[in-house]
Amino acid sequence: MSTIAAPAAPARRSLYTPYRMRIAKVTDEAPAVKTFRLEFVDPADAAAFDFKAGQFGEYSVYGEGESTFCIASPPTRKGYIECTFRQVGRVTSALADRDEGDIIGFRGPYGNIFPIEQWHGKNLLFIAGGIALPPMRCVIWNCLDLRDRYKDVTIVYGARTVADLVYKHELAEWDARPDVNLYTTVDPGGQTPDWKGRVGFVPTVVEQVGPSAADTIAIVCGPPIMIKLTLPVLTKLGFQPENIFTTLENRMKCGVGKCGRCNVGKLYVCKDGPVFTFAQLRDLPAEY
Amino acid sequence: MTEQRILSRQNLGPLFERLAADGRRILAPVRHGDRVGFERVTRPDEVALDYVQTRTSAKSAVFPPYEPLLQFALQGKDVQVAEPAPDAAPTVLFGVHPCDAASFATLEAVFTWDTPDLPFESKRANLTIIGLSCTQGDAYCFCTSVGGGPGDPRGSDILLTPIGATHFLAEILTERGQAVARLAGELLEPHRGNGKDAALAQIPPRFDARQLGAKLPALFNHPAAWQEQALRCLGCGACAFVCPTCSCFDITDERDRYHGVRLRCWDSCGLALFTLHASGHNPRTKQSERWRQRVMHKFAYQPERLGVLGCVGCGRCSRACPVDMNLAQHAQQLAETAV
Amino acid sequence: MEALRQRARELLAAGTVQAVLGYAAGSEPDRARPCFVRTAAEADGLIWNEHCRQNLATYLQKPEVRALGRLALVARRSTLRALLQLAAENQLADGRVVALFVADDGAVTELPTLAAIEELVARLPRGLSDADRQELDRIAALPLGERQAYWAGEFARCIKCYACRAACPLCYCARCITEANQPQWIPVSSDPLGNLEWNIARAMHLAGRCVDCGSCSDACPEGIRLDLLNHVLAEEARTQFGAEPGYSVRKDYALASFKPDDKQEYIR
Repeated sequence: MSTIAAPAAPARRSLYTPYRMRIAKVTDEAPAVKTFRLEFVDPADAAAFDFKAGQFGEYSVYGEGESTFCIASPPTRKGYIECTFRQVGRVTSALADRDEGDIIGFRGPYGNIFPIEQWHGKNLLFIAGGIALPPMRCVIWNCLDLRDRYKDVTIVYGARTVADLVYKHELAEWDARPDVNLYTTVDPGGQTPDWKGRVGFVPTVVEQVGPSAADTIAIVCGPPIMIKLTLPVLTKLGFQPENIFTTLENRMKCGVGKCGRCNVGKLYVCKDGPVFTFAQLRDLPAEY
Repeated sequence: MTEQRILSRQNLGPLFERLAADGRRILAPVRHGDRVGFERVTRPDEVALDYVQTRTSAKSAVFPPYEPLLQFALQGKDVQVAEPAPDAAPTVLFGVHPCDAASFATLEAVFTWDTPDLPFESKRANLTIIGLSCTQGDAYCFCTSVGGGPGDPRGSDILLTPIGATHFLAEILTERGQAVARLAGELLEPHRGNGKDAALAQIPPRFDARQLGAKLPALFNHPAAWQEQALRCLGCGACAFVCPTCSCFDITDERDRYHGVRLRCWDSCGLALFTLHASGHNPRTKQSERWRQRVMHKFAYQPERLGVLGCVGCGRCSRACPVDMNLAQHAQQLAETAV
Repeated sequence: MEALRQRARELLAAGTVQAVLGYAAGSEPDRARPCFVRTAAEADGLIWNEHCRQNLATYLQKPEVRALGRLALVARRSTLRALLQLAAENQLADGRVVALFVADDGAVTELPTLAAIEELVARLPRGLSDADRQELDRIAALPLGERQAYWAGEFARCIKCYACRAACPLCYCARCITEANQPQWIPVSSDPLGNLEWNIARAMHLAGRCVDCGSCSDACPEGIRLDLLNHVLAEEARTQFGAEPGYSVRKDYALASFKPDDKQEYIR
């Protein structure tokens, strides 16, 4: 258990001063992938905090740096936020070393949102690959928590291997729900003897599942190659670019349109995104 | 309404004393051999008034090469977080040319749109700019191509224009300028009707930045526009770091056992690692894409998004470039390229 | 100059190389800029004068330049030395470039192999220019405190734009030590400590590898004489280890070789 003293309250708080968050729960998701449940140390921060599905934040270990992840829990679950990250660099390694009870920093929420209120009465098709499920998990739970507002919910999720699938308990939960169609898949060679899901790449599975484009919103998150190969499949199924959403993962530092890192065309992914439709992306330079 | 006064060169000394007595520090161009740079001064005889351009810009006054955003006291897992005390010292930036004075509008646009940036704002709020019109330029100057000019008052709180060898025409342009004028009191003498224009350097326009900006999106995928130009670019950060309007930055933490700091440091879109994802994916893998980003951002994206040009025509990038990239020349070529 | 252009035309026309890296007129009379000549007709734009300074061997590491095909490289002494040192460090295969050495009198020697380069470089005069030697001696003669103050003053102006690194033919690391952050070896700020550590780290990594081209200090927007610093270390490496880089393709430069009789006194 650690303590972190509150900064002396200046007249105005710098945008760079993070909220102090206590790690309430650590979940090992996959090799080098963890989920943190974070609670506000200061009740006033918790009371003032609000976010919507699709937004992200800067998570920090004091003295090691900040890292950008989406908020992976839905706004319908109050009192905490969750983030899921893979241990890759200096900051994510330092984060992975933290334990339950430790304090880390968070600033946000930043960025735009998935317009889920405009999706009322529609079918939802979620397509995700690997570590790109976390941004979508926020939307999935948000919509499942408001289940009666949406029609069919279909989820296609794939990873390289069975071990690399994240949120395994929740996948089981979704699989068991009669009101969710879940298709999990792993790349050829990534299956285990007792694997009951599919074997094949995500775009192929989407094609096999063949969801109807009628009255359906597709949300696609994954590595660039998966997105590139999934789009033609969706187009073939009749999806219009304005009904396909994704969230971009450009490198970011400030999160508020100043540091210049995520600038693509006239847009800042941190301010104008990270959520875009493919109709919007078509008009942007492909620098993401 | 602009007020015009006359300031005798011999009154600069008393003016500096009154600024100091008011608690203001003075940053001004100082010459060392063939190099001129902005430094803290106390006396006018330290100041180079006849320089064409400093090597690095005056942006450091509000956006230094590195600055702490947060400070941490670390004891194991216990941390105390503090925002550094804002830089509250009132500062007079004396003798910047109109290009540099104009650059502050671009910096302000970036650092204050949507979310205010306190480290920037605290320094900007304390800054008074006494500009100095240009009586000479060089082949790298192109302020008149980007909406500026050798006697352009924009950005200055007071603009001085040399009149003969002994006096300046002083245009008092803003409330901050008025505050300095009140301190100066009788040092500012009544205007005697001297013309300003005759003293100014001649900087012929080479292209029209607004027309260029309108045209650039159509040139984005033009094969001849970028690749040949960028082939010789070494991908260093010199152009961005000497640029008065380049404001891209990195945020990094440093720590020892007991102390940590979250730092903001200058960065550049021309550097290969700038956009590299943790996954190894890089949205701009080629130097031509990074050079294009630099040009597009200055002349198309910032004007469209923030309403400001990202270039003031100071020419520093072109003087500093080890391989003679020459932004003005390339901009002129782009402006003349048929789409 | 005409000899150089003629040789470039011939190489391109014969298909011996796909591009000639040389210098073209710069935007001002006192400048030259690197250029990439792809056709015999473009060879008319090649120039040669005292402003042709950026070491063109630096471009050999750029993927965009590698993609041009086999190259000819307009070269001065330090360019040839850079090619040999790159070869010694397994960064350049024999025959990948044809060097076009331009002598002071404008005579052009075509050097298609590393052996040919070795043979020619061995015959060239060594050492610094008189002006550089004078400046170096002046700094070296300063008392320790003043010498320290001199370099501290120089490094104080460093803004960590890394132009020195980008311009250097031997700074080819895909991931530079200054970007390594696990751990963070070099402080990121361009504050006095960060600047000192960066510039010393770079100088140390070039000790016994630097080929004295001066591209680093030419590129420095603040005009810091990094070339002199590197030269001091080069002389030190030669005195201590007998190695002089850029004269041979053998992998025997000080930083990459160990001999049982190497001096050990500095390890204490």
